[in-house]
Amino acid sequence: MNDDTVTVMSALPVVLLLTSLVPALLIFALREKQTVLRTTLNLAGAIAKVVLVIVLIPRVVAGEELRAEFTWIPGLDIVFVTDTFSLFFVALSAGLWLATTIYAVGYLEGSPNRSRFFGFFSLCVTATVGIALAGNLLTFLIFFELLTLVTYPLVAHRGTRAALRGARIYLAYTLGGGVALLLGVAWLTLEVGPVEFRAGGIPEVAEFAARDPLTATVIGAVLLLGVGVKAALFPLHGWLPIAMVAPAPVSALLHAVAVVKAGAFGIIRIVEDVFGLALFAELGMLQALAVVASVTIVYGSVRALAQDDLKKRLAYSTVSQVSYIALGAALLSPIATAGAIVHMVNQGFMKITLFFCAGLFAEELKLSKVSQLAGVGRRMPVTSAAFTIAALGMIGLPPFAGFISKWALGLGGLDAGQPWVIAVLLTSTVLNAAYFLPIIATIWTSPRSESEGSDEGTFPAPARRSGWEAPASLLLPAVATALFVILFGVAAGWDYSPWVLAQIVGEGAWP
Amino acid sequence: MSAAALVLVPVFLPLAVGALSAVLPRRAAATLTVIAAVATLMVAVLLGIAVLDAGPVRLEVAGWAPPVGILLAADGLSVVMIGLSAIAVLAATLVAAADDHFAGGHAFWPLVGAAAAAVNGVFVARDVFTAFVLLELLTIASVALVALGGTRSAAAALRYLFVAVTGSLFFLLAVALTYGHTGTVDLARAAERADDTVIVGAIIALTVVGMAAKTALFPLHSWLPVAHPAAPAAVSALLSALVIKASIVILWRIVEYFGPLTDLAAPLATAVGVAGAAAVLWGGVLALRRDRLKSIIAYSTVAQVGYMVLLVPLVFTASDPQVAWIGGILITLAHGVAKVAMFLAAGALATAAGTSRLDGLEGTISRMPWTVAAIGLAGVSLAGLPPTLGFVGKWMLVQASLDAGAWWWLALLLGGGLLTFAYTARMLRATFNPPGDFSGARELTRPARTVAIVPLALAALSVVLGLIPWLLIEVLSAAPMGGGA
Amino acid sequence: MTTLQLFMYAGAFILVLGVAATLLVRDLIRRLIALNVASGGVMLLLLALADRGDGEPDPVPQALVLTGIVVMAAVTGIAIVLARRVEQLDDDLEEVEQ
Repeated sequence: MNDDTVTVMSALPVVLLLTSLVPALLIFALREKQTVLRTTLNLAGAIAKVVLVIVLIPRVVAGEELRAEFTWIPGLDIVFVTDTFSLFFVALSAGLWLATTIYAVGYLEGSPNRSRFFGFFSLCVTATVGIALAGNLLTFLIFFELLTLVTYPLVAHRGTRAALRGARIYLAYTLGGGVALLLGVAWLTLEVGPVEFRAGGIPEVAEFAARDPLTATVIGAVLLLGVGVKAALFPLHGWLPIAMVAPAPVSALLHAVAVVKAGAFGIIRIVEDVFGLALFAELGMLQALAVVASVTIVYGSVRALAQDDLKKRLAYSTVSQVSYIALGAALLSPIATAGAIVHMVNQGFMKITLFFCAGLFAEELKLSKVSQLAGVGRRMPVTSAAFTIAALGMIGLPPFAGFISKWALGLGGLDAGQPWVIAVLLTSTVLNAAYFLPIIATIWTSPRSESEGSDEGTFPAPARRSGWEAPASLLLPAVATALFVILFGVAAGWDYSPWVLAQIVGEGAWP
Repeated sequence: MSAAALVLVPVFLPLAVGALSAVLPRRAAATLTVIAAVATLMVAVLLGIAVLDAGPVRLEVAGWAPPVGILLAADGLSVVMIGLSAIAVLAATLVAAADDHFAGGHAFWPLVGAAAAAVNGVFVARDVFTAFVLLELLTIASVALVALGGTRSAAAALRYLFVAVTGSLFFLLAVALTYGHTGTVDLARAAERADDTVIVGAIIALTVVGMAAKTALFPLHSWLPVAHPAAPAAVSALLSALVIKASIVILWRIVEYFGPLTDLAAPLATAVGVAGAAAVLWGGVLALRRDRLKSIIAYSTVAQVGYMVLLVPLVFTASDPQVAWIGGILITLAHGVAKVAMFLAAGALATAAGTSRLDGLEGTISRMPWTVAAIGLAGVSLAGLPPTLGFVGKWMLVQASLDAGAWWWLALLLGGGLLTFAYTARMLRATFNPPGDFSGARELTRPARTVAIVPLALAALSVVLGLIPWLLIEVLSAAPMGGGA
Repeated sequence: MTTLQLFMYAGAFILVLGVAATLLVRDLIRRLIALNVASGGVMLLLLALADRGDGEPDPVPQALVLTGIVVMAAVTGIAIVLARRVEQLDDDLEEVEQ
């Protein structure tokens, strides 16, 4: 925490929550046919949240901290704060929620149970924002568990046997993680009182760790285990590829905005704002986390190689990419910390673009396998271009967003005196290229030669007269997020760019 | 003092209304019962304020002090339990008034009155003999309520009767021992005078056995999964949410007053905890294997009883017994609210689908989303997940277990929740649409509007209390355990 | 053995006997009688407690016994009604089977 930070009591953090909670509750009450009202509510909430965040960013960067608190049980409050890191995460989820909402409205057009879907969709974002704004571990825990519960109906949405099975496995993993988190939070609260996040670590926790390093280590490990499930750290990642049965906007939300990101956010919070990097390193857990993250990075990439199902390949890619965040958080270097934080945004935008595109391919052409995508670039050039941009970003090529992350992490590794990180990053990059480049190549080469001669013959022609390759509500979000992938890479040095903000956030952990 | 007289209302008002209901037509009986429940709820609030103000509210009935007269007193535990009873009765009677299927016959109304009076009486009783008499009244009313479930429920009711009355005999022995040893049945006086470790241990042991039978604590639970589902839905709700709470509270009271007096209490408490642990596991596993909604929910009650008795071993080991005490009470409250919601919602689903079997519920989530949501939310509270009241109780019990270094109880608290949510999710899964069929082709008999609203309102209450539980905790702390009410 | 002890032991013995039979016997009427026997045991114990040794019995245990008897009467009444229903249902089922 900077010394010049001013804490102001304010209802605004609660308003940030309400911008999605109120639409959620209203939408539940709507009848299925009230499409216009439902979409209006959705978009109004999403836009209100984005506007609110834009207004708040300069204030918070200038050192103002908004705070709201309520008594939960005597001696333990529910606390919301907008420190730099929480607002950073809120901004990410607010922006991507807006994009995903537009996409989901188009994606689910005409399908049943939309009130239920969009209600839980908004609740999902509410829970994520709650996680972001949580000022202490208890509040974090409450919203973390809430996120698990409200995403369950989304994963199960289609109601098919596969969807219900995926939802069941998802629930088993995440509730199991929740148990560990509850244990860790309750334990630490018992030992040191209410655990309020504090950039650089909480002094009480440091004292406690000095007194009883073994217990502190166990608590730290249990907490990491709890958030590690959602962050899909190896070997707790099993649910992620199976949860792919969800509709595309849900996958996008799960992978880029809400669930996986909440796990990664939790790792950073616990490492930097509960224990503090120095203490975590002293307890030996930072190294352990770095190793687990590195293993996950390589493991996820290797598994992605073998998947023919496009969404599954993307899911394993997420397993790998999210661990970049954990790896950055596990290195004793300010630039690595900033790299971890900026990768939350970069990975979010890149991965959401990829899922939007995968959904477009599946929706328009009924293609879900990598091997079926040959020549799709001619039929859907815009979608394919967006996909290509995001995939190249994932590999880490300049000038895309992913380059910034990898570059920062690499420098951070050197800075922290852990040059082996470079090897991990290189291996991963080679593997990223190995599973993304073939897709790109397939998309842009000619369609299968054994088809009926004509280039267009393999794919059904677009059904609409607009001349667009797909409905605008599906296409525009994908294009927008893809453009941001370029922008975040090119304009990394601008004021309020993710990279600049990430450095400001990271500074807090390095007093 | 007017506040003291309030203690009588939750006992005598339902009793009077119940007696009237026997001769009134259905609509009038229903209206009166609902009004009485609302009045009881308001009295609970007033008593809560009085307790916050000045500690336990005591009333010497008819001005006679013990040992001659009867002392009734409301402390934090009494107040919140009376509140629960009012809410449960209100919910069950609202639904039963809207749809007679949920009641099972006109006898429902007088019997509910008698049961509510007895339960509330147990909550304010401060002597073991009054508690015994009220518990018997409750048993008789409950057995008759089960028998409202039609001809086939008679066997279940009878089985319940045999176990419950056997339990009563054990408790009567405990009452006799208390009097024989201390010369009084008043709890506070008896606790002052008791000096024989073995006899006090025997009193606790007899109470444990007797109340275990009445509460369906493992291994004396086998009557419950037969009796509760056999009854009409509103009765099932009251039995699970309320009736078993009376015997739980008596068990707690005996532990509260006599526990500190004997070294034998700790091993007995551990035994209770072990039985509770077995209940959580056994009830949970069997709930996972049942195919009917009501049966699943009844086994869930068997499992949840395990949590409710967990405070017994914890108050002996934690450095601050108050945390375990309040946590256990909150988990019990949460169970009451959630179980009423669940049984009523299950009744609504079964009425609509024409079957209580899980495989007959496909598609109900699209047609009756609110009812399914009520089951889901109630399950969340039972599993002790945030943001519900169940979580608050679990949090405090987890704190108490950590504090006591009681790893077994801790593992049980943490793992049992997963089991709970597993069978809740199983019920929810059964309501999803069949693959490929999004029209919900099968026509459902839509239940009355009240039947849909009430369970959801209760589920919402679980969430509200889960987010602002501090008021409940203040009331419970204002007249703490062993506070000598 | 004093009279008091005799009462006590007899009471306890009858209680154990009754409870065991209640749990073991299948026939409903027999079970009900067993339950009544068990309660008789408890009453006997209670009456023994009323003996204060000075010839004047303590009224409180006697009041307990009286209440207990009333309760058991009510319980027995309900149980008989239920038992009749059960047996009737069984008879009906048998008829259907025949």
